[in-house]
Amino acid sequence: MELICPAGTPASLEAAVEAGADAIYCGFRDETNARNFPGLNFSREELRKGIAFAHRHGVKVLVAINTFARAGSFGLWQSAVDDAAAAGADALILADLATLAYAARRHPAQRLHVSVQAGVANPDAIRFYAESFGARRVVLPRVLSVMEIASIVRESACETEVFVFGGLCVMEEGRCSLSSYATGQSPNMNGVCSPASHVAYSERDGRIQSTLGGFTINSFGKGEPAGYPTLCKGRFATPKGSGYIFEEPVSLDAAVMLPALRDAGVTALKIEGRQRGRAYIAGVVRSFRDILTGLEEGRSARTPSLAALAEGQASTVGAYRKGWR
Amino acid sequence: MQLTLGPVLYHWSPERWRDFYYRVADEAPVDTVVVGEAVCSKRTPFKQDHIPGVVERLEAAGKRVLHASLILVSLPRERRQTRELMQAEDAEVEINDLTSLASLAERPFAVGPFVNVYNEAAAGFLAERGAMRICLPPELPLPTVATIAAALPQLAIEVFAFGRLPLAISARCYHARAHKLTKDNCRFVCEQDPDGMPVRTLDGAGFLSVNGVQTLSHGCASLLGDIPALRDAGVASLRLSPQDCDMIAVARLYRDVLDGQVEPGEGERRLSEIYPDVPLANGFLHGAPGHVRMGAGGAGLGEMG
Repeated sequence: MELICPAGTPASLEAAVEAGADAIYCGFRDETNARNFPGLNFSREELRKGIAFAHRHGVKVLVAINTFARAGSFGLWQSAVDDAAAAGADALILADLATLAYAARRHPAQRLHVSVQAGVANPDAIRFYAESFGARRVVLPRVLSVMEIASIVRESACETEVFVFGGLCVMEEGRCSLSSYATGQSPNMNGVCSPASHVAYSERDGRIQSTLGGFTINSFGKGEPAGYPTLCKGRFATPKGSGYIFEEPVSLDAAVMLPALRDAGVTALKIEGRQRGRAYIAGVVRSFRDILTGLEEGRSARTPSLAALAEGQASTVGAYRKGWR
Repeated sequence: MQLTLGPVLYHWSPERWRDFYYRVADEAPVDTVVVGEAVCSKRTPFKQDHIPGVVERLEAAGKRVLHASLILVSLPRERRQTRELMQAEDAEVEINDLTSLASLAERPFAVGPFVNVYNEAAAGFLAERGAMRICLPPELPLPTVATIAAALPQLAIEVFAFGRLPLAISARCYHARAHKLTKDNCRFVCEQDPDGMPVRTLDGAGFLSVNGVQTLSHGCASLLGDIPALRDAGVASLRLSPQDCDMIAVARLYRDVLDGQVEPGEGERRLSEIYPDVPLANGFLHGAPGHVRMGAGGAGLGEMG
């Protein structure tokens, strides 16, 4: 299985290459990619240099152009596709029908991957993307169990890539407007979710309260660490009680699932976190490289101590185990 | 402009669901009615027996009927349901996921608000494959709506104009989770909340609404005040999404505002009587947070809790 690692900066790209990535994914410094955070991502020149560096080390670079193009401004997405192809990207990771159709027509030799933002969750949908655009790989949404992934692999000619570590979307990716309902900024349109620009912390009655777009997302007592108010990981009240009604503030760690994912026939494993620093990326990549090497050599997959690198205190294998639902 | 009644997104009892459509057939001034289960495949069997009768009654009343496909298709039974719907003869379908395109025979279809159409090129791609009408995602601002409608005059463009806004879909059932059950053993607890399960912030502000695997907004879309701008933008139809209120009255009110019989401001006042205690919102259309309510001139009317 290939190990696909994030890079939000040229320094992270080099760190991931040196730590043992098979491929790096990154995006341009604009709204064409789904991690459009301040201070992150690549200029055209940085991408060209990054690709050259990676290729010298036998590592591939996949360029994510995976937001949905704004009506009337399609040129921005077209030039991202053209420039990534010209820079020598090994694949483009796309979500929008418009961008996929453009890339397939304009760059027929370019390898295309379907982004997780396209929300492709079954073999029929995969067939549609493969036949319409010649897509070679699909990044599966984090809503599937390992058994379902195995059945998708058996039925599809396309390669599959799955997330194994980092942030965990509990909603189907690419079909979620929770962030824009609260803040006006969404993953699909702006490449951001629960943006820091709309976050505030305040103290009331000895408790720390976190808000997003004015809505209280969580409230913390003394000694409780005040986590980031990602909308779907907040504490809310319902007639059946209060608490983490969607998901607790956990991140994904599917390291223990790697043998099962390998047996399922998955082509590539993806680490989330283009917004993370180079030390984090080097640590996570090295851990997963160790487990993969162990798997290849027939050693039992040692569960690494990735907990310190996880976003929250706790981690989950998410939908890969069916009981999560 | 026409009116379309979207599919009932909630799990209403089969009899209630059937009677709702019988009344729509007899009394609601809507042109198109979308039927079927879009949210959860476990609910489909409850409706199946009533669909032929409902469709017959709606068509006899002169309504155009569309059959909604599922939003999230991952299980074998969901793929089978989707394929059977796409290949059913005489049924005009509204696709809510691109899975449908793999099995759709070469015939015209409608596109629901859950397919990501964010620009004129994506709309054009679907039009080339037979799309005749598209209900755009609720998140889109007015300039985007106008650009898409202008680029594709042959398409009927629709916007989400009434009802709680569908914001997310998941493999996990949040109704089951709130009742300490799992999705596989959910006991259909979602039926207890015909207007969704309210989700409030810890300090009591209305925020969201849970409908099984779907999450909707607490606020209710109201584009009554935006009708002149939508008309100018080339919008052909307004979608009314059924809530647990008098939907016949909602449809009549929208018709009256469209026909100039009722002023938009008066219309919103009446809407708040028909569907009380739920704040009205149109922020998405104005490029603002979705929960916000904006005046026709773009001025904020205050945020809705």
